[in-house]
Amino acid sequence: MLKFFLPKRILSSNNKLINNLVFLMLLIIIIGLIYALFLSPPDYIQGDSVRIMYVHVPASILSLGFFGFIGIASILNLVFKIKFVSLMAKSIAPIGCIFALISIITGSLWGKPTWGVWWVWDARLTSMLVLFFFYLTYIFLWNYVKNFEEANKLTSVIGIIGLFNLPVIKYSVDWWNTLHQPSSITLTSAPTIHNTMLVPLVIMLSAMIIYSLIIFLMRYKVEIIKIKVNKKNKNN
Amino acid sequence: MFGNKVKSRMLFLVSFVIISIIIITFIFRSLEENLVYFFSPTEIKNKQNISLNKKIRIGGLVKDNSFIKNDESINFIITDLKNEIIVNYNGLLPNLFSEGKGVIAEGKLKDKKYFIAEKILAKHDENYMPPEVSEALEK
Repeated sequence: MLKFFLPKRILSSNNKLINNLVFLMLLIIIIGLIYALFLSPPDYIQGDSVRIMYVHVPASILSLGFFGFIGIASILNLVFKIKFVSLMAKSIAPIGCIFALISIITGSLWGKPTWGVWWVWDARLTSMLVLFFFYLTYIFLWNYVKNFEEANKLTSVIGIIGLFNLPVIKYSVDWWNTLHQPSSITLTSAPTIHNTMLVPLVIMLSAMIIYSLIIFLMRYKVEIIKIKVNKKNKNN
Repeated sequence: MFGNKVKSRMLFLVSFVIISIIIITFIFRSLEENLVYFFSPTEIKNKQNISLNKKIRIGGLVKDNSFIKNDESINFIITDLKNEIIVNYNGLLPNLFSEGKGVIAEGKLKDKKYFIAEKILAKHDENYMPPEVSEALEK
């Protein structure tokens, strides 16, 4: 079924790139995991549970970043009528959605041993859950609105509205009292994570960026081909 | 540079964004009470007509040398370095609970200086370091 949608002629050139990326990702993720799970030290208060950070933080960063991309793509689509960016946004949405879910689940697993609870309704956690629902709505609309033009418009509106949530998530820990601690890595001051923990965090982040790129390239190609096939069917 | 249609859509989007930000700001302002997860001892002190029957959360640091455990209950002091509240609690403490560290207590105020907690959560800060570094810093 999938092969029917992926003409090999179009794929052959890009498959090499994807294969190389997969190799690179596996390499980096192995290094990252060994560093994160074995080489990096336990935290002075939290002990070994700090290792959840190496998945939790990159997943959160990427889920916010990808929705930022979706939001910008939505503006480009609605205001400037640049159509292909919508396809890119559509392809990246499920990746961001999964990362938002991973962030929530790992955060919950981390919260129990450190805070003493799985979940609280503080501003950070709640706004992150809202982001997850924005992703779900966005993906749902693409899947269930059959007419492409209509789906393109509706999803873009969701993308733009969801954009407002991003600064709320980012600054929730500064604007309000929350159980969640403030950011350790900021643009304005030195990170409050010790270098032996920052390095594996950055390695894991790069591995997850490459992973996202791979999945994105594959999905994006599929979306392009879908459009082409639809056009062909109409013409016949 | 842009056509008239694009310009009008840009104008629409910009006004939409500005109006939304204003509305959102007002909503957040009015919801402030519900958006904060806990109050600090200073906020409790400054609050007018505080309800003693309502469940609230207070947070701050556990004051050094304030932790007293006896048969029936645990007592400690939550401080924000300006004001303090005595907390009385009967139950299990989270692993990260310790003097000098962040804590959030959920329960009811007996008066502005005395709090009866039903649940204690540990709040940790944004500092991550290996134990050796922490020991070196303390020296």
